[in-house]
Amino acid sequence: MNVSTNVPLGGPAEPLAQRLAELRGPAPQRSLNARSLAALAANPGCHRRAVLDAAGVDKSVLAARLGRPAPFGQSPFAIARGVIFESRLKADDYAPLLEPLRRHLGVPADGHTPLLVPDLLQRSGPAVRADRTAQALALAAADPEAWTLLDHPLLRLDVAGSTAYLEPDALVVHGGRCTVVEIKSFPVLDGSADPAKVGAAARQAAVYVLALQQAAAAAAGQPLADDPYTEQRLPGSPRTSVLLVCPKDFGNRPTAVTVDVRRELATTRRQLSRMTGIGRLLDALPAGADFDLAAEEDGAPARSAEQLAASVEAVPAAYSPDCLSTCELGFHCRAQARCGDRVEQLGRGVRGELGSIRTVAEALAAAGPSTRTSTVTGTGTGDQDGAGGADDAAERLAYAAALRAEALGAPAPARAPGTDA
Amino acid sequence: MSLLTTLARLEAVRSGRAEPLATVRHRHLSDRPMVLVPLTAAGESGAPLAVMLGTDRDAPRLHLVPQPLNRTLRFDFLAELAADLLPYLESFADDVEQIEGSEKDPETGEKTQVFRELCADAPQLIVPNGAGVHHLALIGRSTRFRRTVEDNEPGPYPAPVRVPLLGRWLTHLTDRAQVPGSSLLLPMTGLLARHWATGQSHLEDQHLAARLAWHRPPPGLTGAEAAELAESARDEHGQLLHPPAGPATDPRFDESVLAPAITRYDSAVGALQHSTEQRDEAAAERARAAVRAAVEQLQAVLTAVLLPTWRDVWQGLDLLRTLPPAGHLEERWTGDRWSYTGHRDRLAAGEPPQPRQDDAVTAARKLAQREREQARLDVQEALDDPLAMAEHRLAGEAFSGVVTEVVPDWDTTGRSPKPRPLVTLRTADRPHADLGKEVHRVHGPSAQKAEVVAVDAAEGTVTLRVLSGMGRKKEPEPGSLPEPGEPVTFTLFELTVRQSAPLPEPDDTPWTHGGPPGAAPAPARSTAEDPSASEEWE
Amino acid sequence: MAEPSSALPEPPGAAADAAVARILAATVHPPTGAPRGVVVDSPPGAGKSTLVVRAARELVEAGERLMIVAQTNSQVDDLVGRLAEKAPELTIGRLHAADTRPGPEVLRHANVTPSDKVADLVEHDVVISTSAKWQWVRTEAPWRHAIVDEAYQMRSDALLAVARLFERALFVGDPGQLDPFTVVGTEQWAGLSYDPSGSAVVTMLAHNPQIAPHRLPVSWRLPASAAPLISRAFYPYTPFRSGTGPDDRRLTAAVRPDGSALDAVIDRAAEHGWALLELPARHTVRTDPQAVAAVAATVRRLLERGLTAHSEQGEAPLTADRIAVGTAHRDQAAAVRAALLRAGVPVDGAAGPAVTVDTANRLQGREYDVTVVLHPLSGRPDATAFHLETGRLCVLASRHRHACIVVARAGIAELLDEHPSTEPVQLGVPVAFPDGWEANHQVLHHLSGHRVHLR
Repeated sequence: MNVSTNVPLGGPAEPLAQRLAELRGPAPQRSLNARSLAALAANPGCHRRAVLDAAGVDKSVLAARLGRPAPFGQSPFAIARGVIFESRLKADDYAPLLEPLRRHLGVPADGHTPLLVPDLLQRSGPAVRADRTAQALALAAADPEAWTLLDHPLLRLDVAGSTAYLEPDALVVHGGRCTVVEIKSFPVLDGSADPAKVGAAARQAAVYVLALQQAAAAAAGQPLADDPYTEQRLPGSPRTSVLLVCPKDFGNRPTAVTVDVRRELATTRRQLSRMTGIGRLLDALPAGADFDLAAEEDGAPARSAEQLAASVEAVPAAYSPDCLSTCELGFHCRAQARCGDRVEQLGRGVRGELGSIRTVAEALAAAGPSTRTSTVTGTGTGDQDGAGGADDAAERLAYAAALRAEALGAPAPARAPGTDA
Repeated sequence: MSLLTTLARLEAVRSGRAEPLATVRHRHLSDRPMVLVPLTAAGESGAPLAVMLGTDRDAPRLHLVPQPLNRTLRFDFLAELAADLLPYLESFADDVEQIEGSEKDPETGEKTQVFRELCADAPQLIVPNGAGVHHLALIGRSTRFRRTVEDNEPGPYPAPVRVPLLGRWLTHLTDRAQVPGSSLLLPMTGLLARHWATGQSHLEDQHLAARLAWHRPPPGLTGAEAAELAESARDEHGQLLHPPAGPATDPRFDESVLAPAITRYDSAVGALQHSTEQRDEAAAERARAAVRAAVEQLQAVLTAVLLPTWRDVWQGLDLLRTLPPAGHLEERWTGDRWSYTGHRDRLAAGEPPQPRQDDAVTAARKLAQREREQARLDVQEALDDPLAMAEHRLAGEAFSGVVTEVVPDWDTTGRSPKPRPLVTLRTADRPHADLGKEVHRVHGPSAQKAEVVAVDAAEGTVTLRVLSGMGRKKEPEPGSLPEPGEPVTFTLFELTVRQSAPLPEPDDTPWTHGGPPGAAPAPARSTAEDPSASEEWE
Repeated sequence: MAEPSSALPEPPGAAADAAVARILAATVHPPTGAPRGVVVDSPPGAGKSTLVVRAARELVEAGERLMIVAQTNSQVDDLVGRLAEKAPELTIGRLHAADTRPGPEVLRHANVTPSDKVADLVEHDVVISTSAKWQWVRTEAPWRHAIVDEAYQMRSDALLAVARLFERALFVGDPGQLDPFTVVGTEQWAGLSYDPSGSAVVTMLAHNPQIAPHRLPVSWRLPASAAPLISRAFYPYTPFRSGTGPDDRRLTAAVRPDGSALDAVIDRAAEHGWALLELPARHTVRTDPQAVAAVAATVRRLLERGLTAHSEQGEAPLTADRIAVGTAHRDQAAAVRAALLRAGVPVDGAAGPAVTVDTANRLQGREYDVTVVLHPLSGRPDATAFHLETGRLCVLASRHRHACIVVARAGIAELLDEHPSTEPVQLGVPVAFPDGWEANHQVLHHLSGHRVHLR
């Protein structure tokens, strides 16, 4: 429900934006969307993801070209359900949407105060729409008595030197402040909803809140508050709780729930501010490496799969199995992690006990040449020379391997489990 | 993840095959399990699309909803499912044994002998994965409050008579599935994960076919390669060669197979309606045939996506049956039988369906039960399986060794001397055994406590003073103490599970928790409306 | 780093006294129709124990019998000891489980009677036990008054089981410390006001919205160098201040620094109240031998340098029993203890003054002059919810009266930055503030101004 486009800042492109555009080639730029935000949240430390997202490369196409297409897709039934739910909400002059909002925001019952729904020029280009949104928001905030609903406004957010356009489902403006409204098609059943989905929605909404906070601060000529938990009360500034509108129980009736996104806001602020460090990552790229997915005039791809693979390889990934469900390149990076024998292929958690051991072979070597035959006898299992974390981890692995071998070698414990196989 | 599990996974990466995480089977398997593979309609919460079920691997039965958005068809499906599943669930209700117990008269405090019925066996449902359990819980929630024509006020959309009963059973089974070690309803991925490690992550292990690929990779392939094929290999039409185990279907299946088949069904039904209105009997006959054909086609495509998972679940059962049953399975299964019997009795007593939300006391009781059962499971698995005990040894919570010396000693502070011998054992384990720490002997002739009196890490010896389990005489009962040279294991945790503290009756819920249910409106997450009245499905 | 000076009009003592007076009045002489509970949020070292003792005395003076619920046996023993000493006129019953005997230090007091049967103790002015034991108590005559200590660490289901024993209760606790937990799934109750795995205070407040929690506004333990950071990082919505000024607490050393990093870090801590001893970045196992060695060496050096702690209470040598080492995990504590033993530093309290080495869980509610903390994220390749838990860092960073030295490997800021922020969100569950991730960043940022590199 948020489509958006990234365009470089107007005028002569800044060096960074220029460099990113070159990396992407002539293909259209993909922008920060729900999926790239999810990927950012799931793996903020991945340089590969950071570079590709900053350059606006279509990672879906890239993954397919690399031979391991992303498995993501949405069922037409789910899409239809989402569309129907949202359109129902807007039927009868937004009456079904207002019903739950009324309860949470105190939108007055019809009659006394009319709800203003300004035209946000949805068919125009992003720059025009964003200007129009800013204007409508300012106007709405100027009259604290009025109730205004901004339907699919377009917000600007500066991300790593280029402007991202973000499209929340709606904003409700009253009392000089605004509230982000996100419409989701997952149900709220008996007052609770899928926590993973609510979390994703909260992170998405936090980006909108951040964009609105920045805009309000800029309009007021003030810096953004230092403390991420502070709610700046400026004209048109957003509340840090957002409204999630979802189907209630098994039906299609909407229900609204407030979600406090201060925590997600703090995280998003730090993560986005780090994206300006992208220049350093780009400096590490070899000359000539790019992610040009366009086709030449004869229809042949501009870059071969090998060339693309080499460019991708040039930016290190921080693979973890979570990537499979959040990042289009997950399957590609998994194959690489497996080729590289990295322990991360088993999950983020395994590294906690492995210290500085990074590969499966190293770990198994530490566990003993033949883990199946070693046994626990006497003392000093796995005593090795040297000091430091690697050997400590190795010692524990050897100990674990000896215990495992003993347990597997021993017959089922009728009575006394022995110390020796 | 513990280091031992990580090690098993590392080994699996190297061998390319699943590696054992258990030497025995830690969950009860019924002789007659009901395998149930559900599918859900995308985008609709808890809306069923189809289910394949049965107790005979060669005779799966399919039920489906040709148009998932149609309430009547959904009720038809649920009625069919109820007619199929309830006889199985109820078939264990009549064979009972009498269990003797005692009951305390609340007035006089006098104990009287009572007999309670306990069903001799109980049903067992096996679904492919955890999402399958959740899906059954949603069906339970969406059906148990439905009104039927037998109700006084059946409402505008009465459900078939047995549908609410199905909902109550599914609610009971999915709730019981939250109890650690219970076996009335089990997901196959969880069963396999308890017993074997693959060379991939937990996340990837949620895909049943990918997980099984590590158990039986085709010749020439490693487990990882076979798993990746199971996850992503597609045919020339873009359809997965191995459909996901559900309940969600592959979006591309929805798009290019399911959606057209449903559309065909819809138009056939539309044509039938039209011709019936037009009283065009010939056209109606043709339309009826078209509807039948459309349903048959839906049956064919859904069978095709369900069968691979159906076979996978049975294959998983075969794998699990290769392991010998753990020693404490019977004891835990008895708990499941009590659970089943209890629900049978509540139904027979005409109690209302389980509420949407537990009240404060029920929630606390359930939490206490789960914590108690988790503790019991941990202890029993450790006692039943040296590999499980190895986890505790690695964590410093247990130690195994060989007895090197037994020195008789006595506690002479009392009226008569009590045996308090010193047992020294040599061990390579490094328990967190502070001096004075109480330890418990594993697999001794009787429960035996000891306390740590000396630890020599350099020598690898631990000396214990045995405190109990030696009889009442001055000399320890013969055979009650380990002998030099004998292998022994002690744990730092107790081997029996403590009872949970008593909780008040719901009607005595204190002021700190809102008073008795219904006395005052609960502040959060509460909706006072009648759940069935406000819920429409379309 | 400059701390904002607390230019509050009221001197800290007066503000604290006023708060305590309000709390005692509400507890001992509740107006008619007042809610049945009084809640006191107490930041670290804000005089919670003193408050409990005063409330107990005044309730008994007013003719009431009193039961006190604490959460662990050592908390109960601490409280019994303090109460017996400060209020010798009270008769105190120490109710214990059949298989746990109270500590010997408790039984020295003539006015303390131990028993595992409540019937033996009902005539006593005050009966104290753990919530686990109270749950089993059957009684015909409930108490009129209860004090629930460390109430934020008590689980909702435990309160459900004991609330029948009293009519009114004073709940005292530190909301910034570690939350109660369970090892089994509780998702189905998330968002319910009475979620049995939640905090007892949170449940009680949800059902008694008319209760407005009191706050103790002044930390007497934390020095002026620590209170602002701890307040901002861990209590962003309920700020508190230090009861002492910047010059009230000083550490001086008899032995001059030898130019080593250890001495540099000790001197920094003595001067600024905080110091970070940073080891080179490296992924390690939990019991990182070098970090453990650095902790032990720091402690030994603290003792060798002959430090003296000067405070508003006078001056005292910094002996081993005034030093604590805090870790996240038990095996880390065991490794530090072993390293200290090797270094000749006493760690066994039974044999004389000894350094306390324990995990955050067990350090809750305790106080020392100087603490040495092995940072929970030191050397980790990944952060987990456990290591990021706000309460853990809060406990570790708020046990000291003078100075806190944190030992860590470099790279924690990067680790935090790379930590996935994919926390699920449960509807209806109030977001706990602050977030551990954000709090870690704040503390680390502050510490980075007091960094000493080791090697």
